[in-house]
Amino acid sequence: MPNDSPSMSASTPNRTGAGTGRRHSAWRRLGLFVLRWREASILIAGVLLVIYFQITTHVFLSSDNIGTLVQYTATTAIIAAGEVMVLVCGELDLSVGMVYALSPFIMHFAHEAGVPLIPAIILGLAVAGVVGAINAFITVILEVPSFVTTLGMLFLVNGFTLTVSGGFPVQPQASDAMTNALGASPVAEIIWAVAIVLILQFVLSKTRWGLHTIATGGNPLGAAEVGIKVGWIKARNFVLCSMLGGLAGTIDAFRIGSIDPLAGGTQIMFAAIASAVIGGTLLTGGLGTIVGAFFGALVLGILQDGFTLSGVSAYTFDMILGGAILVTMVVNIRLTRLRELGGG
Amino acid sequence: MVESNEVIRAEHVSKSFGHVTALTDVSIRLRGGEVLGLLGDNGAGKSTLMKILTGFHRPTTGQLYFRGEPVELKSVSHARALGIEAVYQDLALVNELNVYRNMFLQREIVRGGPMHILDDKAMRRTAMEHLENMGVNIPSVDVEIARLSGGQRQAIAVARSVYQDAKVLLLDEPTAAMGAKESALILDVIHRLKEKGEVCIIIIAHNYAQIFDVCDRVNLLQNGRITFDKETSETSVQELTDLVVNEYRSARQAVQQH
Repeated sequence: MPNDSPSMSASTPNRTGAGTGRRHSAWRRLGLFVLRWREASILIAGVLLVIYFQITTHVFLSSDNIGTLVQYTATTAIIAAGEVMVLVCGELDLSVGMVYALSPFIMHFAHEAGVPLIPAIILGLAVAGVVGAINAFITVILEVPSFVTTLGMLFLVNGFTLTVSGGFPVQPQASDAMTNALGASPVAEIIWAVAIVLILQFVLSKTRWGLHTIATGGNPLGAAEVGIKVGWIKARNFVLCSMLGGLAGTIDAFRIGSIDPLAGGTQIMFAAIASAVIGGTLLTGGLGTIVGAFFGALVLGILQDGFTLSGVSAYTFDMILGGAILVTMVVNIRLTRLRELGGG
Repeated sequence: MVESNEVIRAEHVSKSFGHVTALTDVSIRLRGGEVLGLLGDNGAGKSTLMKILTGFHRPTTGQLYFRGEPVELKSVSHARALGIEAVYQDLALVNELNVYRNMFLQREIVRGGPMHILDDKAMRRTAMEHLENMGVNIPSVDVEIARLSGGQRQAIAVARSVYQDAKVLLLDEPTAAMGAKESALILDVIHRLKEKGEVCIIIIAHNYAQIFDVCDRVNLLQNGRITFDKETSETSVQELTDLVVNEYRSARQAVQQH
């Protein structure tokens, strides 16, 4: 333990005066508590909302409604997971909702042209990945801020999807088992979402990729100085986010049974970013959790579903959603201040 | 003419950026285990010299020698591969990451496989051992860097460079904007490194008391030249102060006469 060294004890911030081991574990517990707090608070908010809606509507926890809740939550959570990775490395992807609409069309056209279903799906995801790669190229190499890059890409992809589809929805063709596995069954849909959330949370907090993503967003210059290829890290996260957008679109296409050129769009993109932000991810980079974003998406889903059951109009819902984002952010920033005052 | 334990040497190095001459003619040498204090006014060329020694800039004229052999530092990573490490004032630490993850940033201990799963246990243990070894005292290696004081952060940045097998360590004003207590923390770390004698250090500094505390030798850089080179035992705070005060006075006069 470094604390055992006799020298310089005068300059150690010795707050508790407790023994080394105790002080250390207290720090650690405090650190873990603070780290988990954001996720815990959003989870508590979710539980309270569920209790409230169950009492007022009596059907909120019915299996039918839980299936509906999954529909509201799962694909937003998948996109939010990718968006968190991009946000943590200090960038932003606004185009992901349009990729959500594009990917299933690519799959559909490939499938119609004779490509088997699975390779067709993979082709759809690959095209989504290419969109992410173009985002990365323009942002990293051509140094256009990602807000502008992906704003341009948002319109470009949307226009492209409308053009190739002629503006009309089509039906995905697959066997029943395949359709269910790909998202028509709520169980499959939630398994997709939870698996992706857990894997990406692991990637973010336990692998070199995740560590370098945090470093790139937290201190871009410092990360470059120690030799991290920050451009490459950003590129990987843009591609990942875009591909998850494509996957979410594909899953929803099979769930709904229709591939709609107007599906997703800015609405699902903003829902995903809102989920990430409510879940504790900073837009400035360096800090965020995928699990938090999942809970964020869940709370948004609960609100939407609960208000629908209660007969509250969509207009009211948007007002409440906006208020929730503002309140969450004010609280988060206040907590960060408190933490800095208490920690330093 | 080459001393056997000389680690790095610059001979008649100059550096110009277009019409601006940052260094006119600098010769500087550093022996194994030695701590050299580099003094100089703002704009005297200290940063430029430091960046030449770390391979960030190439000298316009002149020659660098590493362990007696002529060397052309092609890049920062080339200099690093030789064991020349710099700790700049921005420290290149990531506030959001804890101490041991910062210590191992870009040189993480990972378990095999394509995922590169971090071995946090091993990094934590090694970081603790290494920091203890260097006498760097922090509350815990699990805290985020953001929660540490300026002195503790600097100490961690120095410890990271030393851990990465530095043979030559360049410290850019390590005690800038620090109180006496915080500075003492860094100076103690430098003292310990000196006792071990495995690394030689160039410290850019302003504080003479600190220079006399830790440095074996002092160089003064004025207008792109080394104008003073003495063992600290052969000079005094008074002598250095006089030199710098004289420089200041003549500069003032030059401005006034203009």
